[in-house]
Amino acid sequence: MSSRDVVLARVRRALADVPRAAGPEEAPVPRDYLRAHGDESAADTVRLLAENLADYRAVVHDIHAAGLPALLAHLLGERGSRSVVVPAGLPAEWLAKCDVEVVPDAPERTPGELDAIDSVVTGCAVAIAETGTIVLDAGPDQGRRRITLVPDHHICVVRVPEQVVASVPQALERLSPRRPLTWISGPSATSDIELDRVEGVHGPRTLEVVLMTP
Amino acid sequence: MSVTDLGMPAFPAAAARATRDTRLRANLRHATHTIRDKRARAVGELADWAELRAAGRAIKDRTLRHLDHYLERLEEAVTAAGGRVHWAADAAEANRIVTRLVRATGEREVVKVKSMATQEIGLNEALAEAGISAYETDLAELIVQLGKDRPSHILVPAIHRNRSEIRDIFRSEMGDWGRPAPEGLTDRPGDLAEAARLHLREKFLRAKVGISGANFMVAETGTLVVVESEGNGRMCLTLPETLISVVGIEKVVPTWQDLEVFLQLLPRSSTAERMNPYTSMWTGTTDGDGPRTFHLVLLDNGRTDTLADTVGRQALRCIRCSACLNVCPVYERAGGHAYGSAYPGPIGAILTPQLRGTASELDASLPYASSLCGACYEVCPVAIDIPEVLVHLRERVVEGGRVTRRGVRTVIRPAKGHAAERAAMRAAAFAFDRPGVLRAGQRLAARTRRLHPRRLPGPGRAWTDTRDLPPVEAESFRDWWQRTRGGERGSGQEGAK
Ligand code: SF4
Repeated sequence: MSSRDVVLARVRRALADVPRAAGPEEAPVPRDYLRAHGDESAADTVRLLAENLADYRAVVHDIHAAGLPALLAHLLGERGSRSVVVPAGLPAEWLAKCDVEVVPDAPERTPGELDAIDSVVTGCAVAIAETGTIVLDAGPDQGRRRITLVPDHHICVVRVPEQVVASVPQALERLSPRRPLTWISGPSATSDIELDRVEGVHGPRTLEVVLMTP
Repeated sequence: MSVTDLGMPAFPAAAARATRDTRLRANLRHATHTIRDKRARAVGELADWAELRAAGRAIKDRTLRHLDHYLERLEEAVTAAGGRVHWAADAAEANRIVTRLVRATGEREVVKVKSMATQEIGLNEALAEAGISAYETDLAELIVQLGKDRPSHILVPAIHRNRSEIRDIFRSEMGDWGRPAPEGLTDRPGDLAEAARLHLREKFLRAKVGISGANFMVAETGTLVVVESEGNGRMCLTLPETLISVVGIEKVVPTWQDLEVFLQLLPRSSTAERMNPYTSMWTGTTDGDGPRTFHLVLLDNGRTDTLADTVGRQALRCIRCSACLNVCPVYERAGGHAYGSAYPGPIGAILTPQLRGTASELDASLPYASSLCGACYEVCPVAIDIPEVLVHLRERVVEGGRVTRRGVRTVIRPAKGHAAERAAMRAAAFAFDRPGVLRAGQRLAARTRRLHPRRLPGPGRAWTDTRDLPPVEAESFRDWWQRTRGGERGSGQEGAK
């Protein structure tokens, strides 16, 4: 007997008391929790997102689409970034005003090469106001998971209001499990040393979120 | 069966040592109280917490009651998405599978993201025997590994170390494992984190094999979920070419939608955050992004035995948030090491004796490592009635009864007169000879009563009554205790002080 059969047989024996003929539906799951907490307007939801992002030490910027290239040039310049990696599908005009080396990501780029790059700029799939979370789904303007991990500075552009949802349940409805997903709530952090929160262990130590309105 | 099985003192002896260690106690107290208060605030933000908790409990119960069905769905979905699924009946088999998979890559090093399952099975030791170095990458696990130590808390495994100890460990040990600590390293938490970042980065960048656990596995889609803070999880999950995830069979949830419940319950219960910094979700493999090869090792190792116990099986609902540790008056005094397994605190007291059985002195004493105050049940996001299971397991130790061990039904004899019983009695003495512990218990018991008025029938009655009736009855429990402990007093006291 394979271990698979052994384990499954043990499970079945262990559940002799359960009336299983009717299938899993015999065990009811009440779902009377809320789809979202509060009944906010789109504008309020965006405001809540900004608040919660900032609460977990992300740096938040508001901008109209027309001002984005100038803002990105300013943010990269201010930080002194010399190079920025970008996913293949990032709109080219976003970085049109930047005076840094723009490195398009490609599958052959090694972790070591990414480690030598200062910043990364991406879009996102969805942002969650109640938790201050941005979710990346490796879409064309987000790229491979590693490019938002190895460089120390991540700028993420959220299209407001259409990419913003209020809650975790609403976010999951929009996301596909078939894509690799990264949920990001503030820069990486640890509380492992006497429970003092320290920002930035392995992921980018600086997370900037740009809320871009049309 | 597990690395910590042999040579471990029973709970009361280990707890007594920890109780004498004032620094450990101060660290623990500070830590548990800080998280406890923060958690209450984070939970208070959600008006529907009770409904989320009820849903979380029900989803897990549905999963457990039809576990074979969901495991088969999961296997199908993971395989269809390009992953390979392996089944391990016990720790030794899981270790063999992982060792074989690592060997097949030709690599001698792996990077690991904190996983209680791999700690439970002693994977690092098994890999070391095969000549493979496993590097822990979670900051706390790194501290523990460099300090040649064992974790003492689910969430903050190095909770027993303070900042100057950590600095000393980094200074003296990092060089032996890779990049040494920077010159003149201070004990500022920021500097210590930076030292860890530099030390581990070189390992991440060259790693070819990553090993992880998972917080959830979605049967419907084959998706695995890892919830973390530091980014070491993302490193291990995305940079290596081969990823091996070792996951207990109880971690499966039926549907994608179910994550909406657990991703609200877990971060708030665990780190007391609205959301943890990073959550990774992956389904099989993705071309050009992340590992090319993905192995999922499904681990039984006593879980099906636990499932066979209709009272005890609720322990398998646990999502390892550690909220129960942080409110436990016994844990606060005893520390995590006293529990002698990967699972400390109240959850360890009910899970370990079920996963491993109660044959050893230590494991038989664990169900007594509690004052039955009920605070753990109250904070548990999946409503595990830990006191109920403790009482049930105590009965089992004292009276014997039917259990399932490695899939085989058997009857265990009462522990009377047995070393296990003496250990158990000393553990009870540990809790009940400390008025502070018991008082805290009684205060909280009043609140639990409202939430959980149920009582156990039969011999369990004596114990449940102490939890459910007014303090005057609790007093009589102490009388009962004084009476029944009788001749054990001499040795028991020695162990408990
Ligand atoms: S038993 Fe409940 S409170 Fe304790 S770790 Fe598990 S889920 Fe959390």
